Amino acid sequence: MDIQVYIALSLTLFTIGIVGVLVRRNAIIIFMCVELMLNAVNLLLVAFSKMHAASPAVKALPTYASDAQIFVFFIMVVAAAEVSVGLAIIVMMYRNIHSVDVNFLNRLKN
Amino acid sequence: MGSYITFPELLILLPLFAGFIVFFTKGEKNPKAIALISSLAVLGVSIASLFYADNTKYLTYNNANYIWLKYLGASYYVGLDGMGRMLTGLTAVSFPLIFIATYKNKFKSTATFYGLMLLSQAGLMGVFCAFDALTFYFFWELALIPVYFLCSIWGGERRIQSTFKFFVYTFVGSLLMLVGIIYVYLHTDARVFEDGTVATHSFSLASFYHVMLSAGEQQWLFVLFFVAFAIKMPIFPFHTWQPDVYDQSPTPVTMVMSGIMVKMGLFGVIRWLIPVLPLAVQQYKSIVIILSIIGVIYASCIAMVQDNVKRLVAYSSIAHIGLMCAAIFAMNQISVQGVMLQMFNHGINIIGLWIVIELIERQTGIKNISEMGGLAQKAPTLTILLVIVALANIALPLTNAFPGEFMMLTGLYKAKIWYAVAASVGVILSAVYTLNMIQKIFYGNTNTVTSMVKDISWNERLALIMIVCLIFFIGVYPQPIIDLTKASATYLLTSFK
Amino acid sequence: MNNIFQIVWLIPILPLIGFVINGLGRNFLSKTVTGFIGSGVVLGSFVLSLLVFMQVKAGNVMDLHYFNFIHLQDILTIGVDFKIDQLSSLFLLIITGVGFLIHVYSTAYMHEEEGKDFAKYFAYLNLFIFSMLLLVMGGNYLIMFIGWEGVGLCSYLLIGYWYKNNGFTDAAKKAFIMNRIGDVGFLLALFWLIAKIGTVQYDEVFSVASLSKLSSFDITGITLLMFVGATGKSAQIPLYTWLPDAMAGPTPVSALIHAATMVTAGIYMIARSNALFSLAHQTQAIISVIGLATALLAASIAIKQNDIKKILAYSTVSQLGFMFLALGTGNYVAAVFHVLTHAFFKALMFLGSGSVIHAMGGEQDIRKMGGLHKHMKITSITFFIGCLAIAGIPGFSGFFSKDEILAGAFNHGVVFYSIALFTALLTAFYMFRLYIITFTGKFRGSHDQEHHLHESPAAMTLPLIVLAILSIIGGYIGIPEVLGGHHELAAFLSPVVRSEEMSLSHNTEYLLMGLSTLLVLISIFFAWVTFKNYQSEGESKGLAKILENKWYVDELYEAVVTNPLRKIALFFNNIIERKGIDGMVNGVGKAVNYGSRQMRWLQSGQVGAYVLLMVIGMLLLFIIQLFL
Repeated sequence: MDIQVYIALSLTLFTIGIVGVLVRRNAIIIFMCVELMLNAVNLLLVAFSKMHAASPAVKALPTYASDAQIFVFFIMVVAAAEVSVGLAIIVMMYRNIHSVDVNFLNRLKN
Repeated sequence: MGSYITFPELLILLPLFAGFIVFFTKGEKNPKAIALISSLAVLGVSIASLFYADNTKYLTYNNANYIWLKYLGASYYVGLDGMGRMLTGLTAVSFPLIFIATYKNKFKSTATFYGLMLLSQAGLMGVFCAFDALTFYFFWELALIPVYFLCSIWGGERRIQSTFKFFVYTFVGSLLMLVGIIYVYLHTDARVFEDGTVATHSFSLASFYHVMLSAGEQQWLFVLFFVAFAIKMPIFPFHTWQPDVYDQSPTPVTMVMSGIMVKMGLFGVIRWLIPVLPLAVQQYKSIVIILSIIGVIYASCIAMVQDNVKRLVAYSSIAHIGLMCAAIFAMNQISVQGVMLQMFNHGINIIGLWIVIELIERQTGIKNISEMGGLAQKAPTLTILLVIVALANIALPLTNAFPGEFMMLTGLYKAKIWYAVAASVGVILSAVYTLNMIQKIFYGNTNTVTSMVKDISWNERLALIMIVCLIFFIGVYPQPIIDLTKASATYLLTSFK
Repeated sequence: MNNIFQIVWLIPILPLIGFVINGLGRNFLSKTVTGFIGSGVVLGSFVLSLLVFMQVKAGNVMDLHYFNFIHLQDILTIGVDFKIDQLSSLFLLIITGVGFLIHVYSTAYMHEEEGKDFAKYFAYLNLFIFSMLLLVMGGNYLIMFIGWEGVGLCSYLLIGYWYKNNGFTDAAKKAFIMNRIGDVGFLLALFWLIAKIGTVQYDEVFSVASLSKLSSFDITGITLLMFVGATGKSAQIPLYTWLPDAMAGPTPVSALIHAATMVTAGIYMIARSNALFSLAHQTQAIISVIGLATALLAASIAIKQNDIKKILAYSTVSQLGFMFLALGTGNYVAAVFHVLTHAFFKALMFLGSGSVIHAMGGEQDIRKMGGLHKHMKITSITFFIGCLAIAGIPGFSGFFSKDEILAGAFNHGVVFYSIALFTALLTAFYMFRLYIITFTGKFRGSHDQEHHLHESPAAMTLPLIVLAILSIIGGYIGIPEVLGGHHELAAFLSPVVRSEEMSLSHNTEYLLMGLSTLLVLISIFFAWVTFKNYQSEGESKGLAKILENKWYVDELYEAVVTNPLRKIALFFNNIIERKGIDGMVNGVGKAVNYGSRQMRWLQSGQVGAYVLLMVIGMLLLFIIQLFL
């Protein structure tokens, strides 16, 4: 398939993620939207990696094709760690204010 | 340098260690006693150093040079010359006086209070001894920081506000000075240390004196340095922190600030500004003199209409310092020597004034002279002592301020007639506000508040009598101080030419 | 021969010792002891001064150097030096002699004061004598200046002696500040001298070498500034208004400080500097005009005053004006002569008025007196002698000195002479008005007061008698040639003070003397006729009212100097200081505060808002990266 399709899909996913973070107030959904954005980036990385693998430049630099894919694994690991921390925060938040609405989290304001 | 400890080191380290010890003492008596004893010890060292004043013979007793931050070209270099000896002497005399005079005052967390006071003393000593720009800056801040705490913890009702103002003012000044020091530093020659280390630039006073800067550079550097020192003195129009702070600080701190700290500015001008930037001084000196003299008249006028006696003394101090600043920039032997003499005298006199004012405020709880009156009936000894100190404040002959003021005005006259004429207006006005103050506080009939006042207690009497003795001794025979500081003044003027 | 010169320093130090003893011992020394110490030390100084005077008379003068006050190698050296010569030894005698009499008088006059106030009084008086001696003995202008300010201080302390009274302390303050204005003039003259010739030593200043270094502009400037100093201390226009107010002090103080000694310091200074002043003709002209104007103005005010001490005070101002007229006409010896005779008769009259006030229980208004001659003969007679002396009746001391001044004025122009003569007539008029209203006629006070009227004790009358004798014979040391004398005073002072030559024929002088004597007698007669049956005066109108209100000079100063100064000070304080500089400083603080308050809405606390901002920021970065 053409690279443009992947880019379009990735951008769509990313935008959905951003809009979700911006407009939703539920912390869990915001969190999921953040994950969506991460995965949009992952998708793009993999797509470009595949595209480069077909190019003649790879012959000169063999690791060129696999760099991005390694990166993706790295991101997935970090994302997993992030999930554990983030969910913990959300749980704590729920315990404290009995809600996961981020708009209630404005105690620093005053 | 030497294998034994030198005078400047003793002067700095004694109060420093005593300060740290005091921090860890408990109760009320111990800190006071230790502070007093250590300040007396410092006074002893300072007096002893006067007997070794001849730097051709006793150089090793008076200079200590340790390598410090050698890759930057900085060293811990402290030493005593004539002017330094005079000002450390002033510091050494003032602290025991302050401690004695306020011996009966109660301060919460006494240990911390006296510890900070002693730290400040160590800083002041360091400022007056430093022969290295970085050492100088270090001690400059060391002297100031305890004062911020002292004012903001033990001060009056509006202490936070006034301390904040003071802090911002002086800190802006300090930073400007730091920028200036660094700029000059970057233009100094390389420095070779005794152990063979070579630094590309040098912080030493000597290399600052030899630095080559163009007239344009000197001009803006002058502004940086001068603003820092002018804030510290303070002279018009950088003075507005002073009345607030003097009004709100605890009296011992006010005494330190007005008696000694304001001399840091004058000292800075003499040691670090004029010889380093001679071209700019040449260019700006008339502006500075005019500004200072405007300040003299302006502050005297304001002092005339002040009702708060602490602010009155603060403005009187601004007027006196303005005259000194003008006299420095008159740049002749008589005026500069007059300034040196007057720096000492002003410190002594104003501490005497604060002792009396503090006593009155503590007993009556009022600061406004319009609410006082008739104290002469209740406290005759206090009255006599204050009148003597106040007369010294207006430079009556045979008190210490007269020779100093006479020399400064003579020097100003030599620089330009109109300077002396305008500055003399301040002499008249000082009589107006000082006599007004004496009349309002001491003469007339007592009222309900002042009729409760008791006469002075032994410790204040002791401190004031010592001050009065100094006033008369220097007033009749000022020559020792003139001789002491002569070399510094001569050096300043030759370096300027 | 010089033994006496070796202990010359004792002359000022003795009163200083008295000051210290009385000052420190004020709480436990008895009044007798303090009085004894106070007067004793001055007597000691007087005896020494007499010995010194003998030496000087024999032709021995001496410059003494004790130690350096300010010494800067090659630039300025000012020593603590004394100069004992004809002029200073004469003043030493006046100060210690009259001073001693007044000390003795004070022991009785102040006896009702509390012990420690009594001691304080004597301490101040001794300190005054010390300062005054320093002033005249000084061998350079700086020592003179030290004494000069010192006497000002003592004057301040003694005027405000009754410190509970705010009016009195106001007067004290006024005296000090007006003096200080003059002092600044003097100081500037010293700076000028130092700047031009680098010394303030009399001998060096007056030497031909240094005088030749001064341009005529310098000399005029220096002498004018010195004269400004003299106007302050010697109460001349425009700085004379403090002297009448200074009468708030105890009466012996007025006699000593504000009549006999301190106020003559200005005359001493100019006489001492005659070498300079003789070269400055413009200054001399100004001095003579101011002296004459002061003499006339003060005499005119004295006519309408009713406070016995105020009359004497204005009379003093007027007489000082005469002395300045003499100085201005180059007639220095006459000025010094008049200082001498004036010290006798004016001290006499002040002490006499003190005696009267003492008897009247503190009353000073002559309208409430009258007929006192019956009750206090000695006071009355001595006072009468004083009046005759000041009026210039031949045979009394005032005649010789005043005549010399008038002759000098005539030499300078008829206008000067006629105004001076007119002033002299006014003097005779108001003095006899005072005498007649106070001592003759009927008593106008209350019964209580009349009951208490008594002659004062011996400690007060003795000084009166001594001074009365001196007021008569004091003039005979200066009998002019025209009356067959030799003017011994002029001969004595000639090494130090040289008057300008006068070119009057003997006949003219006889004529002048005759004329003035005749007119003075007429004036006295006129006073007698006017006030013989004095009852009380109605409301004054026109000129009389202006005179009664002292030409409204105090009000004028209030409007022209004091109030504007106060307004300026308030303007500085309220507008420039608070609103201007402090406002600017606080304004910087406020601006920062305001700015951060405006920035605060960014920190809304809403996570969403932060993210939105982050996204916007990122987009902006993209746009910048891609398109700019």
